[in-house]
Amino acid sequence: MSIASTQKQGFGAFLWDYITTVDHKKIAHLYLFGGGFFFLLGGLEALIIRLQLVVPENDFISAGLYNEMFTMHGVTMIFLAAMPLLLGLMNAIMPLQIGARDVAFPFLNSLGFWLFMFGGILLNFSWFMGGGAPDAGWTSYTPLSLQSPGHGVDFYVLGLQISGAGTLMGGINFLVTIVTMRAPGMTYMRMPLFSWATFVTSMLILFAFPALTVGLFLLMFDRMFDSAFFDVALGGNSVIWQHLFWIFGHPEVYILILPAFGVFSDITSTLSKKRLFGYTAMVFATILIAFLGFMVWAHHMFTVGLGPVANSIFAIATMAIAVPTGIKIFNWLATMWGGSITINSAMLWTLGFIPTFTIGGMTGVMLGSAVADYQYHDTYFVVAHFHYVIVGGTLFGILAALHFWWPKMFGRILHEGMGKITFWIFFSGFHLTFFVQHFLGLMGMPRRYWVFLEDQGLDMGNLVSTIGAFLMGIAVVIFLINIFYSWSKGEKAPADPWDGRSLEWAISSPPPHYNFKQTPLVRGLDPLWIEKMEGKGEIRPAEPLGDIHMPNSTVLPFMMSLGFTIAGFGFIFQVDHSAYLILVFAGMAIALLSMLIRSLKDDHGYHITKEELEREAD
Amino acid sequence: MSHDHSLNPETMPQEPEKATLEGRNKFLGLWFFLGGETVLFASFFGTYLALRNSTAGGPASTDIFGLGLVFAMTMILLTSSLTSVYAMYHMKNNDFKKMMLWLGITGLLGISFLALEIYEFAHYIIDYEFTFRSSAFGSAFYTLVGFHGGHVLFGITWLIALMVRNAKRGLNLYNAPKFYTFSLYWHFIDVVWVFIFTVVYLMGRVG
Amino acid sequence: MKGWMGKFKSLFLLSTLALVLAGCGRDNLTALVPKGYGAESSMNLIILSTVVMLFVFIVVMLVYTIVLIRFRKKKGQDDYIPKQVEGNKTLETVWTIIPIILVLILAVPTVAATFDLADESASGDGINIDVTGNQYWWHFEYDDEEITTSQDMYIPVGERVYIHMLSGDVIHSFWVPSISGKMDVNPENVNTMYLEAYEEGVYWGKCAELCGPSHSLMDFKVIAVSPEEYDQWVSDMQSVDPEEEPQEAVAQDGKALFEENNCMSCHGIGSSPSAVGPDLTNFANRSTIAGYLEPTKENLVDWLMDPESLKPGNLMTDAYPALSEEDADSIAEYLLQLDHSDITPDSAGGM
Repeated sequence: MSIASTQKQGFGAFLWDYITTVDHKKIAHLYLFGGGFFFLLGGLEALIIRLQLVVPENDFISAGLYNEMFTMHGVTMIFLAAMPLLLGLMNAIMPLQIGARDVAFPFLNSLGFWLFMFGGILLNFSWFMGGGAPDAGWTSYTPLSLQSPGHGVDFYVLGLQISGAGTLMGGINFLVTIVTMRAPGMTYMRMPLFSWATFVTSMLILFAFPALTVGLFLLMFDRMFDSAFFDVALGGNSVIWQHLFWIFGHPEVYILILPAFGVFSDITSTLSKKRLFGYTAMVFATILIAFLGFMVWAHHMFTVGLGPVANSIFAIATMAIAVPTGIKIFNWLATMWGGSITINSAMLWTLGFIPTFTIGGMTGVMLGSAVADYQYHDTYFVVAHFHYVIVGGTLFGILAALHFWWPKMFGRILHEGMGKITFWIFFSGFHLTFFVQHFLGLMGMPRRYWVFLEDQGLDMGNLVSTIGAFLMGIAVVIFLINIFYSWSKGEKAPADPWDGRSLEWAISSPPPHYNFKQTPLVRGLDPLWIEKMEGKGEIRPAEPLGDIHMPNSTVLPFMMSLGFTIAGFGFIFQVDHSAYLILVFAGMAIALLSMLIRSLKDDHGYHITKEELEREAD
Repeated sequence: MSHDHSLNPETMPQEPEKATLEGRNKFLGLWFFLGGETVLFASFFGTYLALRNSTAGGPASTDIFGLGLVFAMTMILLTSSLTSVYAMYHMKNNDFKKMMLWLGITGLLGISFLALEIYEFAHYIIDYEFTFRSSAFGSAFYTLVGFHGGHVLFGITWLIALMVRNAKRGLNLYNAPKFYTFSLYWHFIDVVWVFIFTVVYLMGRVG
Repeated sequence: MKGWMGKFKSLFLLSTLALVLAGCGRDNLTALVPKGYGAESSMNLIILSTVVMLFVFIVVMLVYTIVLIRFRKKKGQDDYIPKQVEGNKTLETVWTIIPIILVLILAVPTVAATFDLADESASGDGINIDVTGNQYWWHFEYDDEEITTSQDMYIPVGERVYIHMLSGDVIHSFWVPSISGKMDVNPENVNTMYLEAYEEGVYWGKCAELCGPSHSLMDFKVIAVSPEEYDQWVSDMQSVDPEEEPQEAVAQDGKALFEENNCMSCHGIGSSPSAVGPDLTNFANRSTIAGYLEPTKENLVDWLMDPESLKPGNLMTDAYPALSEEDADSIAEYLLQLDHSDITPDSAGGM
């Protein structure tokens, strides 16, 4: 089942297998691969940005290209790298943690992935066609985004619309999976924190993404069909976009960070050999953060002129989020307190996360103070802040999770030495890059500046920042080498390499495609640990061995996504010439036909019989 | 797993739509989906409320909205919600023919609602020159009401596909959740329309 | 609040000053050395929140360090199983209550300052300036004084100046870090804020909301002069005669070329109303050319001949026939003698 052995089938069969798969573990591989690819792309864009800013008044790239560069860096990193990587981890781990054989809607799972992938590819096609990539920032504020020439922003609208639809499906899928498919005994309050985070994050996706969908529709209508939502001359109002964008955008921040919190909770507890301190508080803190996350969107808009009443309310709500976040930090520390901490690569990322994220949280509260924000807003202080939370929180979380669950996902252990080197280089590079940016912002450097002028005291800070960025680049390269190394000659992973506590460690690495031969019986929080301490060290089955019902592979999700993407190209270019409408119709025809086939053709899946399972036993 | 066997009154479970895991998943998934849809329409409503007086010299809501037609549309859609309830009642009693009959009526009511909506839009465009492009109010109005109309159209297509596909198969545990989720979706569309009627038309008359 | 805040503040200002002296931050640009009311309000909160947050950070790091020293896995203790603790009500309550208190400490002054800075009730008695943000320049109209100028905004020290901001195209944001925090300049509604400079000086202003390719070059200046000098400047500006002929022959040629190329259709001089491009009435006194270049004739000639290379995406590019170097030189000569007041950036101490 490992990649190495599937390779022997020949590349074509291997590819077809992945294109048509509905297995959550393989879809997780796809997400990790897709997200990883876009992560490298976004990283490259980041390095180009830093090269442009290495000296004052540099002309390494032109002003227009620079705007495209940071826009695509932001969009790529958030929508096409961080989110898919997290969705990949959720796909790989969450069903195992709750003792399920798959997710609730395997078909939708595959569709969600392909929509994301095609949306991302569509977005990146803007580099080659239609007059350049989107250049109005990842926030794409109107009216600048309406005025932006070429098709860049059209690509932004359709690319995000398509990949956003995929994400929404993923969210619904995880929610239903957790509600209906938990193993016997796996009550909500026995779920590992990563599964809890998946649940709450999915809730956020469900309620946040539609606001973006609407915003994108309005922007699309204004750009392509001459509507007047943001056209001041016809009574439109550009601030509506900002509201819709941030009603989505702020929960999005928590969509990125909560799964990382879940990862750190599970890793801290496992590698300290202790039960998570204050489990109930951790769960409720997660829910509270998510809830408050919907109440604070206007803190991105303190300078818009909403008035002192709105600014005060949103300032206080924002600061309030510090309370549940603080609870989490202290609970992690208390979990480690009195434990027996193994410091390996996964734990290093976790340990690096705590001070880094605490700084990010600190500056977050500082930004919440509305009047102070009049100075911070749209400067490098903000850039520093959100990189401290998104890199220091989300990315550290993803890397910790990759090191921690790599054996479970791929059956190989990542090289420890290289893992540690990666961490130390990345960690120092990160702080070198972003710490100084707090001061650059306060010294008068707004964000999204193509050049900074000479003799403004900004030279040294920017130089340091660029050096740090390249250190991070080197660390990523070492991590890639580590992946290839483990793939070719890495140590084979045992089922339970870290003395694990939750269900995923009770089955082989990588797990069989039906996950659990017999649905497990869960007797408490940390079920595997309980069995290790009180039982025979094995999870008890909740049912006798019997036939297992599995879904069939299908190429339809791929075809649907392809159809929507073709239609997307059509929508973008029909503005130039109505002949492109053919693409819209063709694409929609492919998509709708696939949908029709899906709904008219009964797909009952297949069964793995008891006899086959017994034969596989040894 | 007895997917393909039609039900008879003896083997019929209490709630055929939730008797299988797949059925429960579908049912719950649709509920979550409707939760997302609520945010979608809430965002459209918010946009509409912000822009409803931004007429830019063009027609205003007090000039064009007449309540008669819209009231008829409301009644039609509300009735269609009721008929879909009858259909589900017959599904639970395992009366396939009556279920199909009431679903058919639901679909016809939906189509007449759509026809009236198209007439309404044409009326605004031709008689008042009030279009998608005439003002921010126009854009917001057609987008909000149009998205609802699009949902009705999708619902009708869904219903037709379901009825045609299952016409000769009778009711079973595989398709019962499909009919049931459709009816949930249809109720949701109805609820959204009640809000449109209030926020767009009633408030629009008052000005 | 003032008592202990004052101590922290002086401590902070001292260390900030050290930073500035060490070459970090330019005196008339950095927000870290406030020279105006708004910037000072922000700075107070920045300091307060930093102190509160540093307290939290230090506590976290203290526990963190102890954990790392004491609780790492010991050699030969592979089988050691720590006590499995579920939680601790008291501890958990403590680290819930203390952050709530800290947040309150921060919230109260924040709300007070927010309302204070939004108070426009006295705008009737003060100086009112209408600010228009354009890609990529700033336009200033003094309401009562009936003066128009661009790029350099003159204000008197120690007085509240109310600025009413509207954008002519996309969203911009008006930011003079040393004097005040920023506020967005929207196309659909007028935003009002006030500036009050404590000291004379030429303060850098920046556009802080992405507005296109030359966003980073949309600089302007706020020139704070003494009230007497301000009055002088106002009366000088009010008495400009737009028809005045230049003294020198080259400049006269320049004026003719200026008219021939129809420059006035965009640029106003004196009473001329057009504001498609920056007002040029007191051009010779500008602190910069195009918002960021040194005000030399060479730079002006470069700008006139190829504005695109200096400010990508600006609207002046291709709006007039190509100029020969000679013609550009004459026009530059004309523009650089548009000097109607002795009150210049140098009156405020220069750049």
